[in-house]
Amino acid sequence: MIGRATNRAALIFLLPFGALFVVFFVLPIGYAVNESLYKLKRSGLGFGTPERVFSGLANYAAVFRDDTFLTGVRRLLLFGIVQVPIMLGLALVLALLLDGHAARFKRFFRLVYFLPYAVPGVIAAIVWSFLYTPEISPFGLDLLDGDVVLWSIGNIVTWTWTGFNMLVIYSALRAIPRELCEAAAMDGASAWRIAWSIKVPMVRPSLILTGVFSIIGTLQLFNEPTVLSGVTTTVSKSYTPLMWSLQVALDNNDYALGSAIAIVLALLAGALSFLFLRLSAWLTRRGVM
Amino acid sequence: MRAQVLTTAFLFVVAVYILLPVWWMVVSATKSAADLFDTPGLWFGGDLHLAGNIDRVMSQDGGLYSRWLLNTLIYSGGGALGATLLAAMAGYALAKYPFRGRGVVFAIVMGAVLIPAPLITLPLYLLESRLGLLNTMWGVLLPCMVSPFGVYLARAYAEAAVPGTLLEAGRIDGAGELRIFFTVGIRLMAPALVTLFLFQFVAIWNNFFLPMMVLNDQALWPVTLGLVKWHGIRTGFLRDAVVTGALISIVPVILAFVSLQRFWKADLAAGSVKL
Repeated sequence: MIGRATNRAALIFLLPFGALFVVFFVLPIGYAVNESLYKLKRSGLGFGTPERVFSGLANYAAVFRDDTFLTGVRRLLLFGIVQVPIMLGLALVLALLLDGHAARFKRFFRLVYFLPYAVPGVIAAIVWSFLYTPEISPFGLDLLDGDVVLWSIGNIVTWTWTGFNMLVIYSALRAIPRELCEAAAMDGASAWRIAWSIKVPMVRPSLILTGVFSIIGTLQLFNEPTVLSGVTTTVSKSYTPLMWSLQVALDNNDYALGSAIAIVLALLAGALSFLFLRLSAWLTRRGVM
Repeated sequence: MRAQVLTTAFLFVVAVYILLPVWWMVVSATKSAADLFDTPGLWFGGDLHLAGNIDRVMSQDGGLYSRWLLNTLIYSGGGALGATLLAAMAGYALAKYPFRGRGVVFAIVMGAVLIPAPLITLPLYLLESRLGLLNTMWGVLLPCMVSPFGVYLARAYAEAAVPGTLLEAGRIDGAGELRIFFTVGIRLMAPALVTLFLFQFVAIWNNFFLPMMVLNDQALWPVTLGLVKWHGIRTGFLRDAVVTGALISIVPVILAFVSLQRFWKADLAAGSVKL
């Protein structure tokens, strides 16, 4: 029955979400794109109200020329190349061990590993920042030092998200038919062999999913460095590009440049996720994974 | 046998790593400010100072902390409830009504799933300043009710759990479309909607960026924002209050987690995404 009555009903069901979606999702994006195409032009001496003039892609060019942005992006790339594989590797190993036969107290471990998901990122960052502060740290090290602070942030992210990623992979592992692994075991395959040749390839979609989540998460790194910037000078207010976009927009009142940074980041996240998907598809075709 | 011991030992070491900050938090919440510095970090100090610390958290800045807890409940609970209901309705419509333009609507929702919310927070702030929503609870609540991913999941649930024949039967009996949704559709989708609610609750409880941008008035802050501001006072004179406040804020959520374990179906959320 496809009548006008049902069409109207569908519209009524879609309307509440649709209205909020347009106002709080679509409009801000349009607003940012529009804003990023203009520049404030001040008269020669800087007196009087600045004039808002169309400037095309000038703000985007300014973003890519800025050292703060380039340093921030390089920092995030380094962070992503090191932290993401460590976190996902650990998540995969934990999921495989909890799925296998060798471990005991599995329910307990699963619950403990998932626990950080209940702790907001900023609260985790606050607690770790105490553990990093030399005067109160039980480790007796200065983990807020400029040379290591990026990896101290990496530790907070790893602590917070490993369990969640583990659970996603673990759920996929549980869906593998048991007979498959039993048959392999009867043929004399070792537990290692079964894990590497059967289980890992079969949970590939969830590994790719967690990979994409992590790449996007890395590019919007904000909470942890913001908390640390409140307690140490080694993390500046423009430590990551997202933090810098805020500083530009709110402290310098340059909304146009701030909007351009946010759009560049969104495009970068999309491009990197796309590359990652292509790369994993290529690896699969080559039979690497 | 050896494999079992080694495996369990490894899992144990990781568990210690995960529990270490939590343990430190519990121990530190029982210490006086002086003991935080003078006694070993991972064991209790001389005297039990927990009651004093709780008192300190609750009375600091004229009792703001309990207000922050209440605000967090409003933002996370109210926002998640709204997001779940809106997503359920939209997802149900996309799954059960073959209206014209359905494919386009769904494609737009899927596109929105790929755009990370923090990246539109700055433009959202600029927009809210025009709409006069800055520094109001609605300024946080309304954006939190928009969950494209929730719509995507609700559509998948509705497709799997709500049989079209049941809706037809309702129509033949003369029930209106809204009534059919609220009496039949939403009930069949209920277990999945609880999961959706929980994910959304945690997402809002985790979202620190949006309230930080939108809210100036301390009395409107959620507990995360309040604690970060207390923490950022460099002299550190609020350390004992921050530690105890952090602990108090996560205890109810952890308890809710453990008791609602069976609803944490990561596979529901993750497995349904086909890549």
